[in-house]
Amino acid sequence: MRAIVVVTPKPVVNDPQGVTVRQGLAALGFSEVSDVRVGKYIELSLEGSSEHEARERVEEMCRQLLANHVIEDFRFDIVRDGRR
Amino acid sequence: MKFGVVVFPGTWSDRDCGWVIDQVLGADLTYLWHKDTDLKGCDCVILPGGFAYGDYLRTGAIARFAPVMEQIGEFADRGGLVWGICNGFQVLCEAGLLPGALIRNASLEFRCEWTNLVVERTDLPYTSKCEEREVLRAPIAHGEGSYFADPATLSRLEQRGQVVFRYCDANGRVVPNANPNGSLHNIAGIVNARGNVLGMMPHPERCSEAELGGTDGLKLFRSVAENALKALVS
Repeated sequence: MRAIVVVTPKPVVNDPQGVTVRQGLAALGFSEVSDVRVGKYIELSLEGSSEHEARERVEEMCRQLLANHVIEDFRFDIVRDGRR
Repeated sequence: MKFGVVVFPGTWSDRDCGWVIDQVLGADLTYLWHKDTDLKGCDCVILPGGFAYGDYLRTGAIARFAPVMEQIGEFADRGGLVWGICNGFQVLCEAGLLPGALIRNASLEFRCEWTNLVVERTDLPYTSKCEEREVLRAPIAHGEGSYFADPATLSRLEQRGQVVFRYCDANGRVVPNANPNGSLHNIAGIVNARGNVLGMMPHPERCSEAELGGTDGLKLFRSVAENALKALVS
């Protein structure tokens, strides 16, 4: 089982990286891009637990370490690998 | 009066702080390793600049789990002086000892330059030797020094007078042009409500000798040396 965690800057937090990427895309002709937010992608390999338990644990991991609630939001999916 | 300077793997300003304490100020100095579980009788603990644990994930995010941090938290709770400089400020925010967070500079650049700071509190153990609204010159060196807090936290900080230093021009005017990193309200340093935990992005230890271009930073070290014994604690 894996957890796919995505951490993004909160909407109220300035994201200069996102602004710079948007400007870069505009320079390449992708003028339809009105906003860019740059965050983090974190993949966790999990052992054992049930999906329900994994959800609770990953939620706690995000709260305690993976995201800083002052400046970041997080979301995640639990993915079952097709093999044993 | 004894200063303790914390050394995490990746800390780089520990010897700069130690030099000022030991050689310039002439106070007692001990280094505290990140694995230490006691503070060796220090009256003021400094978390210096650098990249603790590589600043992986976020600045200060891993350092806050260091064994020494538990003792520092308890020391702060007892009223002990805890002083975070640059990376140390980031660690204190991650540890929840100070509100808010330090995020990427608005310019996206690592800024290494002299700044002017207006002192907004002189009743603190850290600033008692400064004049009211004195302008200090101090260098910064950081990529993630843009102070952020949500609007409610920010207004609470302002109402309680917890902003200690603000980036300003040479005349002490707090103007956008003087803001090197995009910090909200030009904030360069804040203190907790009790007044014993200070975090600041500029480096006072790098402006404490004339040879380095200025001595304003020494005023803060002198203030601490004078007040630390009074501040402490059970």
